[in-house]
Amino acid sequence: MTKIEAVLFEARALEILATQNTPIHRLDPRAKLLTTLIFVLVVLSHDKYAVPRLLPFFIFPVIIASLGNIPIGYLAKKLLIVSPFAILIGIANPLLDQTVLFHLGVIPVSGGILSFLSILLRFMLTVSSGLLLIATSGLSEICLAMGQLKVPQIFTIQLLFLYRYIYVLIEEGARLVRARNLRSFNGHGQGLTTAGPLIGQLLLRTLERARRIHLAMLCRGFTGEIRVMRDFRMQTMDWLFLTGWTTLFILLHYLNLPQILGALLTRIFPL
Amino acid sequence: MSHHIVEAQDLHFTYPDGTPALNGLSFRIIHGESVAVVGNNGAGKSTLLLHLIGCLYPTAGIIRVGDFPMTRKTAQDIRRTVGMVCQDPDDQLFMPTVYDDVAFGPLNLGLPPDEIEERVIRALTTVGALNLRDRPPYRLSGGEKRLVAIATVLAMSPSILVMDEPTASLDPLARRRLIALLATFSHTKIIATHDLDLALDLCPRTIVMNGGRITADGPTREIFDNQTVLAASNLERPLVLQGCPICGNKEKAG
Repeated sequence: MTKIEAVLFEARALEILATQNTPIHRLDPRAKLLTTLIFVLVVLSHDKYAVPRLLPFFIFPVIIASLGNIPIGYLAKKLLIVSPFAILIGIANPLLDQTVLFHLGVIPVSGGILSFLSILLRFMLTVSSGLLLIATSGLSEICLAMGQLKVPQIFTIQLLFLYRYIYVLIEEGARLVRARNLRSFNGHGQGLTTAGPLIGQLLLRTLERARRIHLAMLCRGFTGEIRVMRDFRMQTMDWLFLTGWTTLFILLHYLNLPQILGALLTRIFPL
Repeated sequence: MSHHIVEAQDLHFTYPDGTPALNGLSFRIIHGESVAVVGNNGAGKSTLLLHLIGCLYPTAGIIRVGDFPMTRKTAQDIRRTVGMVCQDPDDQLFMPTVYDDVAFGPLNLGLPPDEIEERVIRALTTVGALNLRDRPPYRLSGGEKRLVAIATVLAMSPSILVMDEPTASLDPLARRRLIALLATFSHTKIIATHDLDLALDLCPRTIVMNGGRITADGPTREIFDNQTVLAASNLERPLVLQGCPICGNKEKAG
């Protein structure tokens, strides 16, 4: 199996997770989408040295993952795959910002290290919540939800079609690569000189397919607007989910929960 | 019923790059007929089909579907009566689920929701794919995709079915089932195919094309028995008409 095909299987695994039937999966996708957006906004709005304050926010992905029956190991693996991006963004911080802010025991902690940790935490929180959103709703449902939230159709349709045809595109690409591998030996025929025509070929095939799809759509009365039968209704549970989590996020943003807990503990067990 | 007639009069078509594809086709297909369009690769079959659904317009000559000549203005109306099943079902199934895809056409016709629901269920039941309704199209097998693609067209209740290579890339059993299914349809059927056995099973009439011209038009059995016509159009006799290779070669083709 080539790397491309492995990616395809990974993507399908996410889609299979989305077909489960759990309390989280049954929620209206709009409620989940809005909650996730608010979550991401609140997490990102903390100041750059926020580390302990971000920790309580893990309650959201943890609860969604456990109620939605999404294996934590699977999420962790996904996070690990994309982590280099986040690490690269923050890796230079400890070198650039060496002002010591406080001492952890005897170890001096610089602002750079704190902001690096903060970036990593934010990355873990936001990416996992995004992944969970897809794994508990499915991308097509999210697109439909976006449409109902008045996101212009030009964006949602693009996303919907991208998602539908990414599989076809990957399969097509994988076939091209396999065909090349079968006839290239000792590293000959693997380099850039064949990659160029290969990609060109893929583009031409894609254009041709796009033309045929458009024809098929025209044949069935397409006039520029995609209509869908499904009718979502926000139920009590959906409203509760949205308002409950939003309240919690805002509380966590304004209350310094770790500090309060610490203060509470030191009051109960005075040093 | 004159509105189900498909008629071509001296149809010419040249692609914008100058490649001539159709060189004067004339035929008339009446209501309820099943017609196979056969011909070697590049004979112009697919180009002809694209004319029937208003995706290409003749450079000369007229094509009429029902009471309308095919023009850019009438194409919208004509597409309501002509259902086209593409050669590659992946081109036809573009919505997130099978159900959405089958409902796509009826929704565009502006039908009320109850009617749409009913049509989708009926179309999927007809092709025996109701159990696939909530599946995304890319997770279907080739045979299932083909059935769903046919359902998407049936849901629009067309009076004319146009199919491009319906049995291409199906396994023998799926092919046999598809032929049996198509045989139950009372629509006017126009089927472009390389599968001459399918033509023999489904279509009493065959139009043979070669180089953008009609080389023969008549009862299927007669045409396939006529070795000179077949040879002139670069075709081979259907397997069922060829003699058995083991027990006797009396009727061997070629």
